[in-house]
Amino acid sequence: MATLELRIDEDVATSPVARTRRLGLLFWMAVGWMIFVFVAAALANVLPLPSPTDMDMLERRGPASMAHWLGTDGLGRDELARLIYGARISLTVGLCGPVIGLTIGGALGMLAGYFRGRFESVVVGSMDVLLAFPPLILALAVTAYLGQSVLNLTCILGVLGIPAFMRVARAATLTLARREFVIAAQALGATHARILLRELLPNVLLPLLAFFLLGVAVTIVVEGALSFLGLGVPPPISSWGSMIGEGRESLEVAPQLAFIPAIALFLTVLSFNLVGDTLQALTNPRQSAL
Amino acid sequence: MNEPVLLSVEDASVELPTPRGNLRAVDHVDLAVGAGRTLGVVGESGCGKTMLSRAILQLLPKKAKLSGRVMFDGQDLARLDPERLRKLRGRSLAVVFQDPMTSLNPVLTIGTQLIETLQEHLELDSLAAKKRSAELLAAVGIPAPEQRLTQYPHQLSGGMRQRVAIAIALSCEPKLLIADEPTTALDVTIQAQILDLLAREQRRRHMAMILITHDLGVVAGRTDEVAVMYAGRVVERAPTPELFKRMRMPYTEALLAAIPKIDAAPHTPLPAISGRPPDPTRPLQGCSFSPRCRYAAGRCFQEKPPLAAAESPGHQYACFHPIGIMAGAGT
Amino acid sequence: MKQDVRPSVAPKPLLEVQNLVVEYAVGGKTIHAVSDVSLEVSRGETLGLVGESGCGKSTLGRAVLQLRKPTSGRVMFDGEDLTAMHGETLRRMRRRVQLIFQDPIASLNPRRRIGDIIAEPLAISGVKDPKQRQKLVYDVLSAVGLDPSLVIERLPHEFSGGQCQRICIARALVLNPEFIICDEPVSALDVSIRAQILNLLEEMKARYGLTLLFIAHDLAVVKAVSDRVAVMYLGRLCEVGPSEQLFAHPAHPYTALLIEAIPVPDPDVRPAESVAVGEPPSPIAPPSGCRFRTRCPRADQRCAAEVPELREVAPGQFAACHHPLIPAG
Repeated sequence: MATLELRIDEDVATSPVARTRRLGLLFWMAVGWMIFVFVAAALANVLPLPSPTDMDMLERRGPASMAHWLGTDGLGRDELARLIYGARISLTVGLCGPVIGLTIGGALGMLAGYFRGRFESVVVGSMDVLLAFPPLILALAVTAYLGQSVLNLTCILGVLGIPAFMRVARAATLTLARREFVIAAQALGATHARILLRELLPNVLLPLLAFFLLGVAVTIVVEGALSFLGLGVPPPISSWGSMIGEGRESLEVAPQLAFIPAIALFLTVLSFNLVGDTLQALTNPRQSAL
Repeated sequence: MNEPVLLSVEDASVELPTPRGNLRAVDHVDLAVGAGRTLGVVGESGCGKTMLSRAILQLLPKKAKLSGRVMFDGQDLARLDPERLRKLRGRSLAVVFQDPMTSLNPVLTIGTQLIETLQEHLELDSLAAKKRSAELLAAVGIPAPEQRLTQYPHQLSGGMRQRVAIAIALSCEPKLLIADEPTTALDVTIQAQILDLLAREQRRRHMAMILITHDLGVVAGRTDEVAVMYAGRVVERAPTPELFKRMRMPYTEALLAAIPKIDAAPHTPLPAISGRPPDPTRPLQGCSFSPRCRYAAGRCFQEKPPLAAAESPGHQYACFHPIGIMAGAGT
Repeated sequence: MKQDVRPSVAPKPLLEVQNLVVEYAVGGKTIHAVSDVSLEVSRGETLGLVGESGCGKSTLGRAVLQLRKPTSGRVMFDGEDLTAMHGETLRRMRRRVQLIFQDPIASLNPRRRIGDIIAEPLAISGVKDPKQRQKLVYDVLSAVGLDPSLVIERLPHEFSGGQCQRICIARALVLNPEFIICDEPVSALDVSIRAQILNLLEEMKARYGLTLLFIAHDLAVVKAVSDRVAVMYLGRLCEVGPSEQLFAHPAHPYTALLIEAIPVPDPDVRPAESVAVGEPPSPIAPPSGCRFRTRCPRADQRCAAEVPELREVAPGQFAACHHPLIPAG
């Protein structure tokens, strides 16, 4: 006769081992910085900042003062304002680009890993082709053809990120699709769509999101590099990369013009990396057996 | 007959810190085995038998704390320095694990793994080592041994791999072999062959053996003494025939009764043990088996029964309400 | 809600597998997993399917459910050919046939709550009313011995192997199927839990009027729950017959070998030196004729030349052997 499992409540009340891992101080500092940057960028319009495009020719490369908290750049524009408006660009491109990669790459990866066969070969093959393109040349070609703008930049970087997301999604799906709970769903008569959305997606989403955060960090740096080379956002829109590029000319006289945006970039990328790493570690709990 | 004791585990306990609290995997265990004898350790998952074998080999995870003594051939392994310990392992102390796929290195050939062990411990030159390796493979019943030396583990079947693992374990003529669930992952016909092989080699080399398993059927015909473990403690210990004929601990009785017997009629309801093994991070005040025991009464829930001696020599059990004479199988 | 079920004496079996062949390619080689297997399961009975690893029994179970497309052969369920069905028709048929797996924890989606998991079959088959769904879920969880209120909101990793298997059984039962294929349902569980789950399966079978195909490698376990047993070796059936009879008087040498190899928990029974020679051959290049001949002490020329057919050697007992232990009548 069946026996009632009467003592479930006692030993089921505890949470799994992985989630009780302590999130260190560094993690919270990273989160704090990210929040700070986001808020500042979002509220740029309402903050009492001088306009980032107002040129004050008399105060070029000026030191920090009451009027200009971080000084002025080579054209007399307020450094702090440019920094905060620059954050907007960096974050916009940095976040929206990988979103393209996440949705398209993630979807392709899941479908490839689930259906296998010819479809998988086609997807993986085309991703390989995409990866073979030198990214810089592609960016050059697109900007030359379609012009420089934040939108174009975001799209290029997004498309360049698709293969990486595809790989992560496919790897996760491959291991999961062979597990019994997927076969169980098939045995229940679930349609492919249902299996992909209800069984696979919740499990694939976490590693994808962790990877997304790392992707944001990379995209910010790449955008910075492109802008530094003059291929990114067109002036007078500032981004951290273009500010570093402009600061290059004043390195001997006013090195802070290059360093301040560089430090901001560094801290932001570091924060995204830290949070991304921590999340990746959390979504991969290694449950050790006795 | 009193064989000199080769391995003596004295009051050994293993504690592991986990996020859920301190876990006592092994709780004051005493064991002994002499040369030429086989000790069976029986228990289900979570009873601590694997931790015990790792404690004997001094291969516990870093965070684990071992207390008590592990006397092997006169030396306390727990207090030995790492270099002497390393020399002992593989040479005098050998082990065979459950899954030969993970205990053999998948990227090295069988020959390399055997020869490495031989050269390390016996300091043979490569030609002599190769010859000895082929002899060992033949001794464990692998056909065409010279060819196998150049093969990789994935090219062999599960039974073959386990034979290779046994060959590696036996290569340096160990004094003690610990077999941790050596046949659980194998089919029943291969299981019989592997167990026969172990028994044969043991007789030939007059080796001591500890056979760890969850299967009472495996220990019945192939061990001299059996220790039954539950929740980290030894709850019954006896010479094998004595254990099956006169078991005292209700857990042993329940374990035996819960195994489907081949001569029982179909659709006979199995006497199942209700509930589940206890959570090791929440040890109970009384006997660990009491929540599931048919005979449990007041005292069982308050005190832990000590391991006490039965009438027959060598038989000990830990129970306040031991059961009477119990026929062996099929009741 | 006890149903009084007696094994039906109706002539038409509920499940009929006809000449099923499953072969698939792995790295350029063909694996002959199932070669020309035919069997029948009558309504209300439990057919045990036993064999060692690599014999194809799990593949057979999946092929019956069309989870792995058979290379050839037919599977008739209640008179309808499953192999000829596709898409929606096949999906609707799935509600009547369910599957329970070996690894209970892996059979549950780690990120879904138990309540959702058990309600999933109901959602798929279009039970829209949430109240009705909840009632059915509660009913089936109680039936398998779990307290629904304690279990519904939890995730699979919070449960032990035995509890997960109960949840899997509940999931299989919630649609009130007629036929359940149990693929090694207790192999991954501890000895003391195995007995619980086997008892539970018997009870559920009686309560829901089920027909079972019970696949396992442990003969004693199979015998405990089966009315009839089929023995498989390397993709072919060796012997089929009533449980009691088959184990008491096996006709096929392989069956005898399996029985003899079982470790008996009786210290007076000395394990005999195993008669088996060597290892099972690979399913990529199975031996010609009788596939067991390379390990059979009774093999001769004829065994290599001719594939033995299943022949009746005793009432209701069939063996595929040229030299059965019980001579064919």
